[in-house]
Amino acid sequence: MKLLRSFNFKELLRPIGQMIMFSLGTSVVLSLIIIVSALLLENTAVGVETFENYKMSLFNFALFNLPQVILDGLTIGFVYAAIALGYTMVYGVLEFINFAHSEIFATGAFVGVELLIYLKETGKLTDISTATAYLILAGAILAGMIGAGFMAWLVERVAYRPLRGSKSRLVPLISAIGVSFLLQDTIRLTESLTTGEFHRIFPSFGNFSDRINFGQINLGTTQIMLGISIKSIIVIIAAVAMLVALNYLVNATRVGKAIRAVAQDRTTAALMGINVNAIISLTFIVGGVLGGAAGVLFALKFTRIDPFVGFFPGMKAFTAAVMGGIGNLTGALLGGIVLGMLETFAGSYMGVFTMGAAGSEYKDIFAFGILILVLIFRPQGLMGENVTQKA
Amino acid sequence: MSNLSQFLKKLTTGKIAIFLTLAHVLSATLWVYYAPLSRVAFFYFITAFFTLYAMSTSKLFKFSVAMVIALVVVPIIGIRNIFYLEIIFQMSVFSALALGLNIVVGFAGLLDLGYVAFYAVGAYLWAFFGSQQYYVMPYPAGTAPAGLPFLLPGNAFFLFLFLGIIAAAITGIILGLPVLRLRGDYLAIVTLGFGEVIRVLANNMDKPVNITNGPQGITPIQRPTIPQFAIDSFNAIFGGITGKQATLAEIYNVFFYLLALLVIIIIILVANRLNDSKIGRAWAAIRDDETAAIAMGIPLVKMKLTAFAIGASFAGVMGVLLASFRTFISPETFNFMQSIGVLTMVILGGAGSIQGVILGAVVVVLLNLQVLQGLSLYLSQLRQSDAVIPIINFAWKDLSNQLDPSKYQKLLFGFLLIVMMIFRPGGLIPMERKKRELLLEESEETKSGASQ
Repeated sequence: MKLLRSFNFKELLRPIGQMIMFSLGTSVVLSLIIIVSALLLENTAVGVETFENYKMSLFNFALFNLPQVILDGLTIGFVYAAIALGYTMVYGVLEFINFAHSEIFATGAFVGVELLIYLKETGKLTDISTATAYLILAGAILAGMIGAGFMAWLVERVAYRPLRGSKSRLVPLISAIGVSFLLQDTIRLTESLTTGEFHRIFPSFGNFSDRINFGQINLGTTQIMLGISIKSIIVIIAAVAMLVALNYLVNATRVGKAIRAVAQDRTTAALMGINVNAIISLTFIVGGVLGGAAGVLFALKFTRIDPFVGFFPGMKAFTAAVMGGIGNLTGALLGGIVLGMLETFAGSYMGVFTMGAAGSEYKDIFAFGILILVLIFRPQGLMGENVTQKA
Repeated sequence: MSNLSQFLKKLTTGKIAIFLTLAHVLSATLWVYYAPLSRVAFFYFITAFFTLYAMSTSKLFKFSVAMVIALVVVPIIGIRNIFYLEIIFQMSVFSALALGLNIVVGFAGLLDLGYVAFYAVGAYLWAFFGSQQYYVMPYPAGTAPAGLPFLLPGNAFFLFLFLGIIAAAITGIILGLPVLRLRGDYLAIVTLGFGEVIRVLANNMDKPVNITNGPQGITPIQRPTIPQFAIDSFNAIFGGITGKQATLAEIYNVFFYLLALLVIIIIILVANRLNDSKIGRAWAAIRDDETAAIAMGIPLVKMKLTAFAIGASFAGVMGVLLASFRTFISPETFNFMQSIGVLTMVILGGAGSIQGVILGAVVVVLLNLQVLQGLSLYLSQLRQSDAVIPIINFAWKDLSNQLDPSKYQKLLFGFLLIVMMIFRPGGLIPMERKKRELLLEESEETKSGASQ
């Protein structure tokens, strides 16, 4: 009973509420934008061409795709949020962009997928019950978390700690870029030496590829299918669980208090008896663990991974962290969801709305455009306070 | 210790230095001349430049020896083994790029991770106007009919060298205006993004109007014409020594190498003058402490923009040069790795130091083209042999084909960046001002150490 009372339920429920709010808000706003622009463009050349290509009006086309786009956007948004938390935590504590975080993510993905491939090759993945499949997936995610957490700790110890206290802010950043490149090719080297190829495929097992259909909505002549793949559900649930756990760790435990203290003022925190080096290591490990789990989830969702898989998700997650206000955990969450949604919406509708001139091939640089806009007009991010540069 | 330094001082000054330098240069030249395929000989030849640099001889002597090597020796050994000319061409291209990036990173302290974007702007500028691309525009990539005319004659290349400068500088200003108010680390990420944006645009601007021909790239791009008498006279002068008649393609190699050399000399002059000017001091102030610089009345954004635009313009002119030399460009030439490669050269040599940056470029190109490729070649030979590593009983034949060191440039760049940052952040040859700072710090440390 005492244990239960010491549990801070408010901190457990608050992030869930925030996530639901953010997801709903973003999807409603973006859907409205799409619907309004579809209505506006209906009678122009865009509408005519859509009708020729898809045999339905632009408005119906927009509505037809909407549920799927929202779900896809949410799924990728939560993955971004999980990676963005790694950036934001390290930035909050050290004021330093951990450029190698995208490779920590890739490390997690490779550890998890290699474990699954090993199990598959030894025949342990055939004829297993659904429950076992879920357990094995959980094990793979756990392995990815451990691998990535260890890698994050190692990188901090070897490449960042010697540079702490250097005069220029660029010195650790350049070192981080070096780590990022080094890790990319190290993963590639290990993979190609041990397996002969450097891209890996997530083995198919369990019922993760199935879809659950909720039914359909009839809309005039077209039907909107409502459904979601089990993969996406797993990704969303796992990400939400991690985010809640992290929020609890940072906001409701003693260790979390220490992390916040170090982020606020390293010297004073040290004077209060906090082991600053240990807390910084811990921050990197926690960020790495989240990144690693996100890596395995990413592999589950997109199946194919290669050593360079981290680059774009990493950049987008960084954008998400900046967009939400870097150093702010809730902000990273919001940024991840908004960015994932924006990107999926842009990827799905830009091609149709611009008549094929600028389609989903620009999806990857869309995030950079947002990053530049955010930095120009609201450098402190959506939820960030106006922080001044520490000297 | 003092004996050794006295001995070294004796070696590097006066007549002995001149003698040693000449001996090194001559022996290296002869070795490369008689063993045109030896990598070791080429490496020895390149080190002659370092001897020349390290010896404290008169400037006139250094300059004339360097000119003789650059204008006479390099073309001769280059014609004898065209691969050397390629390496030296790459060294000069990357030296020029690194010198340009050095102005941004070294002088002004702005970390630009998308420098290669400006290089791409220059390259695509000449690629568009110096090929048939203008008439290819209505056709989707790969469907253009043969026999389309060229928009401009090849000799417009010289005009475009200047237009490349202007176009890249304008791009630099357009990018710089919104982002230069950002702090250092944000700026790095935004420039990275900008580099990617340019690459993705180049990849996808084949529709709705075919401007860049997409991932297939643009080819053929014209070169300026070299008159027949130039080839004849080159062969008349050097033919006897090189032992063969140089073809037009080889003369083009020499021509572009000399052009790159000219650009480098101009960049060095400009960079040196800038660094000693009011602008250079403003850059140094910004680099060391932005807040103090503002307090001193330095127009921050204007100075940063100047650095960005000047750095970009050098990349622009090298882009035009590269497009013409290769006669083919594609978006993949301008990926993120290239940007980091150039950054590695600057960091390795020493940000802010002109000699250092050139040294960095030479070393990285050597490592990349000679050492990594040499290792690849060696490994593939081992694979074909029956050799076995004795103790662990590993047959070289079983080595994975994926292990190709020449593809692991990222490993090299990453390793160099980390090691330099941890052990020698000032670079191999730190800039003068940094050297003084380091000395000052050391003396302060010893003082405080003594007081404790």
